[in-house]
Amino acid sequence: MQHLKLLANDNRGLNELENGTGLVGWNEVTQGSILPSFEGDATNIAHLKSEERTYSGYNSYTATVASWRVLKPVYNRDICIDCQNCWVWCPDSSILSRDKQMLGIDYDHCKGCSVCVEVCPTNPKSLIMFSEQTLLEDALTQWPEKKKKEDK
Amino acid sequence: MAATSIKNLKEFSTSNDRFEGAHTLCPGCAHSMIVRELMNCTDDNLVIATNTGCLEVSTAVYPFTSWDTSWIHIGFENAATAAAGAEAMYKARKRKGSLKDNDAPVKFVAFGGDGSTYDIGFQWLSGAVERGHDFTYICLDNENYANTGGQRSSATPIGATTTTAQAGSHSYGKKEKKKDMIAIMAAHGAPYVAQLAPNKWKSMAKGFQKALETEGPCFINTVSACCTEWKFDPKDTIGITDLATDSLIFPIYEIIDGHELNILYRPKNVIKVEDYLAAQGRYKHLFKPEYKHIIELIQKDVDDKWNMLQRREEARI
Ligand code: SF4
Ligand code: SF4
Repeated sequence: MQHLKLLANDNRGLNELENGTGLVGWNEVTQGSILPSFEGDATNIAHLKSEERTYSGYNSYTATVASWRVLKPVYNRDICIDCQNCWVWCPDSSILSRDKQMLGIDYDHCKGCSVCVEVCPTNPKSLIMFSEQTLLEDALTQWPEKKKKEDK
Repeated sequence: MAATSIKNLKEFSTSNDRFEGAHTLCPGCAHSMIVRELMNCTDDNLVIATNTGCLEVSTAVYPFTSWDTSWIHIGFENAATAAAGAEAMYKARKRKGSLKDNDAPVKFVAFGGDGSTYDIGFQWLSGAVERGHDFTYICLDNENYANTGGQRSSATPIGATTTTAQAGSHSYGKKEKKKDMIAIMAAHGAPYVAQLAPNKWKSMAKGFQKALETEGPCFINTVSACCTEWKFDPKDTIGITDLATDSLIFPIYEIIDGHELNILYRPKNVIKVEDYLAAQGRYKHLFKPEYKHIIELIQKDVDDKWNMLQRREEARI
């Protein structure tokens, strides 16, 4: 499903931290210091997708908060209607959409809040929370059936 | 102004993020929904200043930044001043033709929480708006000092329990009513003032684009539901915000040039304020018999305010 190389691996950027390349301690930071978000020229950033950018090691995009999660959202392409509700309301920029299509979840930045599941309008939901260690393939085989409308 | 398309969500989803993940805001925090939407609704270069608060401490944890734009933090109170200063310098250099690219469109934005906006940075914001700088100030209103443990601010509504206005056997929480910051900013004669909410993503994006387009100082109060201090499950951030806008405790409206008031969202079914309060731990004590009258009082205030807004809209005053 993933055609784009969008998912960061868990170690990106942290190398700079651990090896200390180019980094000074907080107490040694001098007035007027700048942390560049990108390597080189960043003039056109608003027109570039993340996969076209050259993030610097200072950009939090290169870090991960995956360890915050207890549950993770799993995405089921077969039911999704590409409404983009999840894209607009994910508080951690972790819904990957390209060309008006939902592609999946960026598990390096997702904190497992479940907002995306709540706002997903399909029946059954196209996003469901599973325990962090559940394999994606297994999760997809456990998908619930369509819920009948409750009689009022 | 290069606004991105917000015709529908599919179109909007082709915009590019300039607010990055792996910030350290709480899971489910509405701050990031609001900030990201502001940054995605324009292609222009952005110069952003941020007051001290959750947003600032969580997006600039050394050595990381979550901002793909020029971003500065100075103190608790002075994002408005910093943005105003940058804007003044930009104008001067543009006049002299000494910018790297004299034609590149640039927008100046300041973010602050309600603590830094309604209380600590109030004077600085008022000054920057009075001086007429061309910038947009966005308050992320979560109705308390969430970054320091949930103290009351002048944006905290009556009846909410906070660490410095605690509910108990002799107290129903905060005794004072919320300050009407929108009216105050409109009284400055600012060309665009609004209250917007992330659950109504389109009216929020429209309002942001309008503010960025408008020359002069613009002020937007955004409803930012705080799962940690309002005490609700992080998954319900949008649901709680729906209750907030549909009970009219947070009406969505704009005021142009200090007088032209437009209501931007009219709920089809107005729900009781009680339903909004019941969904949050910070109002739990109000449902005890001895404090129930506070709920009635809040409902009356909400009804009166809604009537006032409708009448002002009708009368164009
Ligand atoms: S669980 Fe939360 S952080 Fe993760 S993708 Fe869904 S909305 Fe985003
Ligand atoms: S909210 Fe659900 S249906 Fe809409 S794009 Fe996301 S996964 Fe697909």
